[in-house]
Amino acid sequence: MKIAVCLKRVPDTTAKIVVGGDGKSIDENGVKFVPNPYDEYALEAAIALKEKAGAGETVVVALGTDAAQETIRTALAMGIDRGVLLQSPGSADGFEVAKAIAGELKGQGYDLILFGKMAVDDYNHQVGVMVAELLELPCVSAVSALTVEGGALTAEREIEGGVEQLACQLPAVVTADKGINTPRLPSLKGIMAAKKKPLETKPVSLGAGSITVTSLALPPERQAGKIVGEGPDAVPALVQLLRTEAKVI
Amino acid sequence: MPVGTATSQFTGVDFYHLDSVLSEEERAIRDTVRAWVDEHLMPVIGDCYIQGKFPKQLIPGMAELGVLGANLPEEYGCAGLNNVAYGLIMQELERGDSGIRSFASVQGALVMYPIYAFGSDEQKKKWLPSLAKGTDIGCFGLTEPDFGSNPGGMITTAKETKDGWVLNGTKMWITNGSQATVAVVWAKTGAVDDAKSIRGFIVPTDTKGFTGKDQKGKLSLRASDTAELHLEDVHLPKDAILPKSGGLKSPLMCLTQARYGISWGAIGAAMACYDEAVRYAKNRVMFGKPIGATQIQQVRLADMLTEITKAQLLSLQLGRMKDAGTMTPQHVSMAKRNNVNMATECAREARRLLGANGILAEYHSMRHMANLESVYTYEGTHDMHSLILGQEITGIAAY
Repeated sequence: MKIAVCLKRVPDTTAKIVVGGDGKSIDENGVKFVPNPYDEYALEAAIALKEKAGAGETVVVALGTDAAQETIRTALAMGIDRGVLLQSPGSADGFEVAKAIAGELKGQGYDLILFGKMAVDDYNHQVGVMVAELLELPCVSAVSALTVEGGALTAEREIEGGVEQLACQLPAVVTADKGINTPRLPSLKGIMAAKKKPLETKPVSLGAGSITVTSLALPPERQAGKIVGEGPDAVPALVQLLRTEAKVI
Repeated sequence: MPVGTATSQFTGVDFYHLDSVLSEEERAIRDTVRAWVDEHLMPVIGDCYIQGKFPKQLIPGMAELGVLGANLPEEYGCAGLNNVAYGLIMQELERGDSGIRSFASVQGALVMYPIYAFGSDEQKKKWLPSLAKGTDIGCFGLTEPDFGSNPGGMITTAKETKDGWVLNGTKMWITNGSQATVAVVWAKTGAVDDAKSIRGFIVPTDTKGFTGKDQKGKLSLRASDTAELHLEDVHLPKDAILPKSGGLKSPLMCLTQARYGISWGAIGAAMACYDEAVRYAKNRVMFGKPIGATQIQQVRLADMLTEITKAQLLSLQLGRMKDAGTMTPQHVSMAKRNNVNMATECAREARRLLGANGILAEYHSMRHMANLESVYTYEGTHDMHSLILGQEITGIAAY
């Protein structure tokens, strides 16, 4: 089985974000970047599927600047076999990114193409499903459980108030949600071995796209809390404030 | 990694941008061990410490990660890392707890290293892979009840017989001693005043006459296994001796390896205390403002950050020298002496900054503070390292 995992380099979820001077992008100075956490679920799924099958190939594909090579090597350290970097500064328009990735994946004989369900830096939920459409493949999004057997997959999705089970033939595209697995830590030997694994770089140029980011702002700072009292005596005052001040009841 | 992890996560201390002079692999290794410590060690360490129990269940995970003997070659199942990466591993483990770092130090630097450096090919093939996998656990028997800083005075003996060796003696303050499956024991094969006759022996701990007794009543390193070893007519085959060991120099070479790791480990403990102190200083409100707004706490924090940064520079250069083959035991003495002393001071100041909360196991500073008293004392006391440096400077031994 040949599996592709598409990976994005994003700021660490614990990093302190500062908006850049242009008001439209983040200031990358001193910010630590990591693999998109949802993509880590996809990486783990690919590695586990190959381990279970005992054969096959796993390939990680990332679109980004040269700095994304480090992110790709994290995936190689976890156990992915080889990497491809599509060199590009990226685009705010997911469709442009999807076209470039689909161009790389097309005709390569992938049985399964995995994505995280979204990237935590832009919350777009777009690229995975768009790539499926461009490749004319079935797509199951936000998958929280996945099994592959006999050229078909079964997947579970958590929907409002329940679980939906789906099946489809391979090849297919799956975007991974939280809960699908627990991504492994790379072993120290894996980190050293990653240096020796193939990492191909290919420049790509994206179209202008039809969407632009006009501004980026941090959420307002949270106000300090207020303690209105203790025990049952405080309840009337609390209810009063929730009604008049917070306006939530 | 879990999505939306708490922002209280430990993110290291790097005031002088030392990340920029680490390689991508070195950073990846450090971050991996850091994530492992967060995930597996931090949730249990407080309870282990209170109960006086080593978290044995973590050994397979540590082994799988590859931290045991990580700077030894891949042909023996080790990770083959450089010494800076190895140091960063020690730093991250000790950020969790000195006891866990001690476990890894002993296994790697004091058991695997002597087998690697002084062992025969057969001994290396037999022991190193299983020690790297954590299926064997090792301990190092050098110190004796009456011979701590002066190990050359040891009275443990190894008498050669026609078919092997017979060992007799007592070893004390032996990390991993109760749970070890194998001990590297140092003994005199000649006269009791002949330090040149000291040789190393590989002793499976199930050999008749060998016992490890847990050291009770510790107020420091409580999450570490510390034991006293008794060897009473322990019969060993001829090939139990480490063939390339000879004289006191051999165990001292092991200690240089371990002390090197300790110099990095201490930085981890100090970073944990500093990190905790900074968070507490920003959040704890007294007299209507965070205590971090008071000059007295700012001085504490400034001192901690300065000392940690100096120690980082010391260890990083020491590591580069170790990789280049230019590091001497005296260089290691300076780093061990400075960094452990620095960490004990940081831990104490952090504990004080935390006020009454600082005495609880829920916070980490007092645990580190108590642990570091052992680290200050073992592997060459602070004072002995002063004398080693004094001898290096003047050419006169004062011990």
